[in-house]
Amino acid sequence: MMRTYAGHSTAKASNELYRRNLQKGQTGLSVAFDLPTQTGYDPDEELAKGEVGKVGVPIAHRGDMEALMDGIPLGEMNTSMTINATAAWLLALYIVAAEQQDVSERSLQGTTQNDIIKEFLARGTYAFPPAASMRLIADMIAYTVEHVPKWNPINICSYHLQEAGATPVQEIAYAMSNAIAVLDAVRERLPSTAEEDGEGRMGEVFGRISFFVNAGVRFIEEHAKLRAMSILWEELGRERYGVQEERHLRFRYGVQVNSLGLTEAQPENNVQRIVLEALAVTLGRDARARAIQLPAWNEALGLPRPWDQQWSLRIQQVLAYETDVLEYPDIFEGSIVMDGLVVELLEGARAEMAVVAEHGGAVEAVPYMKGALVDSHRERIRRIESGELTVVGQNRFTESEDSPLTADAQGGILVVDPAVEAQQIEAVRRWRSQRDQRAVDAALTALADAASAEDAQQNLMLPTIAAARAGATTGEWAGTLRRVFGSYRAPTGVGEAAAVPADAELSQLREEVSRLQEKLGRRPKILVGKPGLDGHSNGAEQIAVRARDSGMDVVYEGIRLTPAQIAASALQEGVHVIGLSILSGSHRELIPAVIDALREAGVTAPVVVGGIIPEQDVAELERAGVAAVYTPKDFDLTRIMRDIVELVGADGAAVAATGSAANGSA
Amino acid sequence: MSADGAALGVRLREGDLSAAPATLNLLESTAAADREQAAMLLEELSPATLGGEARGHVVGVTGPPGAGKSMLLSALLKGWREAGDTVAMLAVDPSSRRSGGSLLGDRARIEFDPGDRGVFIRSTSAGERLGGLAWATRAAAHALAAAFDVVVIETVGVGQAETDVADVADTVVVVVQPGSGDVLQFLKSGIMEIPDMLVVTKADLGQIATRTARDVSVALGSLGSSSTRVLTISSLSPPKGVEELIAALQAHRSSGELGPRRLRARRANALADYAHEHGERGLRALGGRRAAERLLEEQDPMLDTAALLAALERSADARE
Repeated sequence: MMRTYAGHSTAKASNELYRRNLQKGQTGLSVAFDLPTQTGYDPDEELAKGEVGKVGVPIAHRGDMEALMDGIPLGEMNTSMTINATAAWLLALYIVAAEQQDVSERSLQGTTQNDIIKEFLARGTYAFPPAASMRLIADMIAYTVEHVPKWNPINICSYHLQEAGATPVQEIAYAMSNAIAVLDAVRERLPSTAEEDGEGRMGEVFGRISFFVNAGVRFIEEHAKLRAMSILWEELGRERYGVQEERHLRFRYGVQVNSLGLTEAQPENNVQRIVLEALAVTLGRDARARAIQLPAWNEALGLPRPWDQQWSLRIQQVLAYETDVLEYPDIFEGSIVMDGLVVELLEGARAEMAVVAEHGGAVEAVPYMKGALVDSHRERIRRIESGELTVVGQNRFTESEDSPLTADAQGGILVVDPAVEAQQIEAVRRWRSQRDQRAVDAALTALADAASAEDAQQNLMLPTIAAARAGATTGEWAGTLRRVFGSYRAPTGVGEAAAVPADAELSQLREEVSRLQEKLGRRPKILVGKPGLDGHSNGAEQIAVRARDSGMDVVYEGIRLTPAQIAASALQEGVHVIGLSILSGSHRELIPAVIDALREAGVTAPVVVGGIIPEQDVAELERAGVAAVYTPKDFDLTRIMRDIVELVGADGAAVAATGSAANGSA
Repeated sequence: MSADGAALGVRLREGDLSAAPATLNLLESTAAADREQAAMLLEELSPATLGGEARGHVVGVTGPPGAGKSMLLSALLKGWREAGDTVAMLAVDPSSRRSGGSLLGDRARIEFDPGDRGVFIRSTSAGERLGGLAWATRAAAHALAAAFDVVVIETVGVGQAETDVADVADTVVVVVQPGSGDVLQFLKSGIMEIPDMLVVTKADLGQIATRTARDVSVALGSLGSSSTRVLTISSLSPPKGVEELIAALQAHRSSGELGPRRLRARRANALADYAHEHGERGLRALGGRRAAERLLEEQDPMLDTAALLAALERSADARE
């Protein structure tokens, strides 16, 4: 199956895009939702500010879902939704939209990502605490196995683990441990089946679990990784869950190839990286992906345009229809090298799975796994910085002719119209004013009751679908559950990260930090955090760890911060500099808002920004008061730290004084 | 240019909570000019100037990593704020010995309303002082207690940590999770001082939590300490047992022990500062530790730590 991950601005605009993609030969849909939808906020809530329609389509209620799928026959479509914390809700909306097309839920096909553990570990779009999240997932699986039998209710993601720095062994081990946690939770919530059923319901459940994996540019090892995963999966099915039927034991996976390795420098090189990565998941038939999504060549620059996505689709089409890759049986059968690699990965993964099990399983081991990932990522960055790991165009062969690809006015990326947010706010308010409010209130009360019942007996999918039908909004559904389940902040992993070995450059920097400390009277203190809803915290975590290793005191605030929170923290903590990270494209709205909030609180400390910031936005951010902007091409973290230390040094004495004065006059 | 220490002291004395950030910036500074201003700030808040002890309740919360301190502090913060009490939290994290830097991650895990001016949270690294509370934290707790109703000092670890906290806090709470046998051993062997309150978290784990609470109570009883309260708190939302803990803290605060305890702490701190500054030789100049302690007991109980330290130094000079 060939798809491109798509959606932006509004349901209507995304619908047009989907229809065009289907005409071009795409065989399924892959829906990208915006961050408010992914985290359960309506467009008019404070945290949604700047994020509406940015990284995907906003879906606030069934009307939006109906518009998104307008004219697309849902009975025939295979739809993949990248949705996790709010997966139950979006599936409910999809079921209700199908009802409108007179399509029964029994015939719906597709996948909801629905993997919350990797959200805690790597992607950050969680909404509820771990136990409540696992209940939602288990309920959804139990519901779909019975009522939406062709649906893949969960896609265990190892993809994001690799993006967060996982080694192949970690990627295998954590994904499998995650699957165990999910399957164990479902087993508890399935209606019990009689002994004579053979493998019973668990066989069907096991057979509905699919994986979403990553493939990096070391494509031979990556292929071995997939063979290892398929062996482990079958073993797990037979031994732990008593699954017997071959069709239930098959390791089914979809792929999005690696984005972590895509570079901002000489971005055209990303095309050959993507091609090679696609080979990892297609070369050997015994471990071939069932669905492939390829990122666009310019992902590290900003949001890809339809043309960029078309290019990625064409890569797949050339591979499938021009080459002979699909014509042979498994070409690695009997390969000593491949078998050796697989055995090595299996041994490593089993050992790491045992460590997770010792922690009490994947849910309990989230802090451990998070710390291990931050550590692996730190090591990867160190190898790139030192030149041990070659990244062509970034740390080697860096000289380049001017690129015609990025020469247009917008630098070769898509820019979402800022008016979209205002329109969506207006639209959701109109929706709320036009629906049957009493029906919505009753549905939400029923949802809250089911969620808070002591025995937790009722499957939450039923009241969720009822609320979708009644016209409740995404923010109302999630808000109701947040009130019952409480909110949650995942561990950051930064505290556990080992200190980077000090090379000459870092040692020298530490001395500069000590000198600066004497000048300031206090150790230089930096606040690091992510405003908005973007949960991709890898960059911010690495900056925090390196700042500590440079000798600074680091207040790491984590993700999902409002401008008011950042301002309050900066003031109370007395920091000398503030580092903000944004990858979702919302920097144009959020960064100026944060700076306004800071200045209003009387904080004059300089602000630096890192993330996927298109070059044409840099000047604007600097005008708004940002002291420096860093993008993926600035891979040398120690050099960034040096800049920051200099910035504080130049600014420090003045800041300390005016900071006190501002506080003094409050 | 240093902040005006005396002015900050006056503002705190008058209950101006917005003086807190600048107060901490000043107290944490090691620059000579800032130290002078810091001394003036503290002088404005000495028992002598205040006409008695600072009104705030200083609560030390300590326990091993993963025991559930952040969850507990979030719940306490909510409870105190609902009761109308203003709260300052000082979170102390260890510094890296290699780089001197630190990661102060706990702030992110404590839930609070950024618009609420009745809450102040400050993270500090323990800095160069090995294994203990930064000087600044002690001074800050004292200063903030003049303005805030509750001042919490949060430290990580069991063993040394709560001993240090005991010299600053009016009430020491040790947080343990079910099944943590090491705390029991530390208690029995005397490595750990006996806290005023012991909180067993994750009570939702059921039997194992109840058993831990019982084991700890038995151990405390056999040590002859029946005054230590043992409480259990559930970590599931909404946490259960927090109201009881708040009530127990309130009861301890009004028990009448506070005045004598603060006086003892000031004396202990003055002696520790003196030893830190002048070493064993300095102590000998006073005629030994016991003699120094007697000397401190003879001083005016309204003197603050700095004044007591000065008294020791004067006495040492006089004897030389």
